[in-house]
Amino acid sequence: MKVGVVTFPGSLDDVDALRAVGIGGNEAVPLWHGDHDLRGVDAVILPGGFSYGDYLRCGAISRFSPVMAEVIEAAGRGMPVLGICNGFQILCESHLLPGALIRNDHRKFVCRDQRLRIENTRTPWTASYDEGAEVTIVLKNGEGGFVADEATLDRLEGEGQVVARYLEVNPNGSMRDIAGITNERGNVVGLMPHPEHAVEDLTGAGTDGLGFFTSLLETAQK
Amino acid sequence: MPKPEILDPQGKAVLGALPRLGFGGVTDVRQGKRFELEVAGEVTPEVLAEVEKMAETLLSNPVIENYTVRVEQDA
Repeated sequence: MKVGVVTFPGSLDDVDALRAVGIGGNEAVPLWHGDHDLRGVDAVILPGGFSYGDYLRCGAISRFSPVMAEVIEAAGRGMPVLGICNGFQILCESHLLPGALIRNDHRKFVCRDQRLRIENTRTPWTASYDEGAEVTIVLKNGEGGFVADEATLDRLEGEGQVVARYLEVNPNGSMRDIAGITNERGNVVGLMPHPEHAVEDLTGAGTDGLGFFTSLLETAQK
Repeated sequence: MPKPEILDPQGKAVLGALPRLGFGGVTDVRQGKRFELEVAGEVTPEVLAEVEKMAETLLSNPVIENYTVRVEQDA
């Protein structure tokens, strides 16, 4: 499958994401924030970083970039979209996902190998995992606190839209330890930790993140 | 402004700094943003409605923030 990775001005992890797409067995396609063009891809990843310098609010400017108009439309048609860290923030600002991400409750940037539980394996980004799988994936953020009103949180939990939850430590004050969520349809996933940094033994905390990049093919073969 | 139920870590940091500088009596601090927009011509109800729309779509995130729009004349 062809998987596009969008580069915004200020994206940091676009190259790692492109590399992870390839390692996961898919064809990586670089996309540019200023283009009204998804180049025929089957899925899109919005990578981590500080797009538009995090000006105004994280993701607030990126949400109105030309490529996002295409991404929002494609997501509405059911195209798989994964937002990692800053990408998650962009998806919330786009209202493709509910809630918002605010400054960490302890006010410091956090960078750690984070234990997570994968709670929803029905999305095209998590099908490679066993439900309830406990994994270690790198986390690094300054504004990663997931917030939403109580009714939204109850709905997310009730409908099984919590994709991943923090284990052992809540690293950023996220409500109900939420690390990642999906939309009602299940094609759009936002995740604060960085699976693209956990796909090779040579670097990082292991290869537990690889599942996010192999799931597309597994889903397509089902 | 961040909605009352939303944690405001920056406001908390300011609240913590005030007593260290000898300022007492402050029980809470909330930190928000202020945008000054200059518009050409009169601020008609139509212009004001347009600014409200800007506040809702871009300047604020209604999921976590409240906003108010106020007209001020040139000094």
